[in-house]
Amino acid sequence: MNLTLKIWRQKDAKSKGKFVIYKLDNISPNCSFLEMLDILNESLIRKNEEPVVFDHDCREGICGMCSLYINGRPHGPDDAVTACQLHMRKFKDGDTITVEPWRAKPFPVIKDLMVDRTAFDRIIQEGGYISVNTGGAMEANHILIPKPAAELSMDAAACIGCGACVAACKNASAMLFVSAKVSQFALLPQGRPEAKERVMKMVKMMDDLGFGNCTNTYACEAECPKSISRSNIARMNLEFICAKASWE
Amino acid sequence: MSASLLRFSSITKKIWMALLGIFLLIFLVVHLSINLCLLKSDPTWFNDAARFMGTNYVVKTFEVVLFAGFIFHILLGIILQVQNWMSRPVRYAVNNKSTTPFLSKYMIWTGGIVFIFLAIHLVNFWAMKLGWVGGPRFADGEPNFYQKAIDLFSIPAYSLFYIVLIIVLGFHLNHAFQAAFQTLGLNFTKYSKCIERFGMVYSIVVPLGFIIIPIYFLLIR
Ligand code: HEM
Ligand code: SF4
Ligand code: FES
Repeated sequence: MNLTLKIWRQKDAKSKGKFVIYKLDNISPNCSFLEMLDILNESLIRKNEEPVVFDHDCREGICGMCSLYINGRPHGPDDAVTACQLHMRKFKDGDTITVEPWRAKPFPVIKDLMVDRTAFDRIIQEGGYISVNTGGAMEANHILIPKPAAELSMDAAACIGCGACVAACKNASAMLFVSAKVSQFALLPQGRPEAKERVMKMVKMMDDLGFGNCTNTYACEAECPKSISRSNIARMNLEFICAKASWE
Repeated sequence: MSASLLRFSSITKKIWMALLGIFLLIFLVVHLSINLCLLKSDPTWFNDAARFMGTNYVVKTFEVVLFAGFIFHILLGIILQVQNWMSRPVRYAVNNKSTTPFLSKYMIWTGGIVFIFLAIHLVNFWAMKLGWVGGPRFADGEPNFYQKAIDLFSIPAYSLFYIVLIIVLGFHLNHAFQAAFQTLGLNFTKYSKCIERFGMVYSIVVPLGFIIIPIYFLLIR
């Protein structure tokens, strides 16, 4: 495949970036999107130019690092995959592909296509955990958990914190991410003792960091590589209402 | 006042917006049922209803809630939208292509157009009731809303304008109905499909009810 790439290049957080156009020939349709970028970078290195910086780690859809906004969609034209799982056969020979970093005030660009997602860690630090004393492990069936609740909790726990929901949302809202992290505990008995405090503190941090407000547009759900459902947002809203109403 | 509105968390703002929105949704049904009395050629139906709405104390109390509801719904809508624009200072070069319900992206614009309509509507009827602008009156000085409505609808340009703006209101309601339930956290149960369908029906039937009236006056009377 022959491709034209329009890639966002930005020297550092403070510089003004711009798009740079690259031509790539003979790309196999079986390449992954990141392998295609590797090929580009090797050719840049051979020409003594700066390679394109982009985030990646596992390259198998589990770490959430590969934050690329490709042709107007986070993680590109395929549904329910990360950019590392995207294959070049999803494009046509001769295509122009525009690659941008995630754009949101709380996700500043570090360099080129790499953004700083510390904001998500700050939200997790506010309550995205349960407090457990160390000691001997409990008997596994000591606390009974209904199967449907366990399933829903596991679905929410599939979130890999990639930030595609924020990138896709017209308001740069982090509601899908935060609601997945709230729901995975809210659904389980182990999560209940800290549930009220968790939802209030995580939502407050989300607001303080400058993420937008949800307007129920559901682009987040459409772009989430792990198909996290918007019903988690409804669940978090209800958790929030109950927490506020019963706060002592 | 707006400073304390700003301090509300994002979800609190949304919850107020949804509660006031639902109040407005109910109000629209009441308003429609009165308007439909215009279809009777005997004006006493409509005039009795209008007089009841204008004099009954329960209704008058709700009028205050209604005004506050509109003001806060609009104020919160604008605050949320401005914050949302600020959350993405650098825009994308390629417009977002994610699949979303089409009308959900334009709530502030459909809302804004509804607001313009609301302003004109208030000048036409509410200001007339207060005597700020002239209009047809009964012998005892009470405003004759029936005559006023017929006068307005007999202007084809006004009727057309009315129809178009009611359609835009329908666009707003189409997304708003299920959004309100999502915001209030009632959208993850087995009833959510039901809510969605009911919202769809509501956003078609209610505007249609309003539109029938000018069509009736334009074509039949
Ligand atoms: C009869 C008039 C109106 C009715 C019945 C109505 C109803 C609603 C409802 C039920 C919602 C959903 C709340 C939610 O998302 O949780 C909504 C959202 C919204 N409305 Fe209205 N509204 C009306 C007029 C207006 C006006 C005049 C504006 C003026 C700017 C406006 C702006 C908005 C905005 C920006 C949203 C946010 C969208 C969202 O969060 O999903 N609305 N409306
Ligand atoms: S909810 Fe989905 S899109 Fe958002 S961070 Fe988690 S995995 Fe990524
Ligand atoms: S590199 Fe880990 S999910 Fe893409």
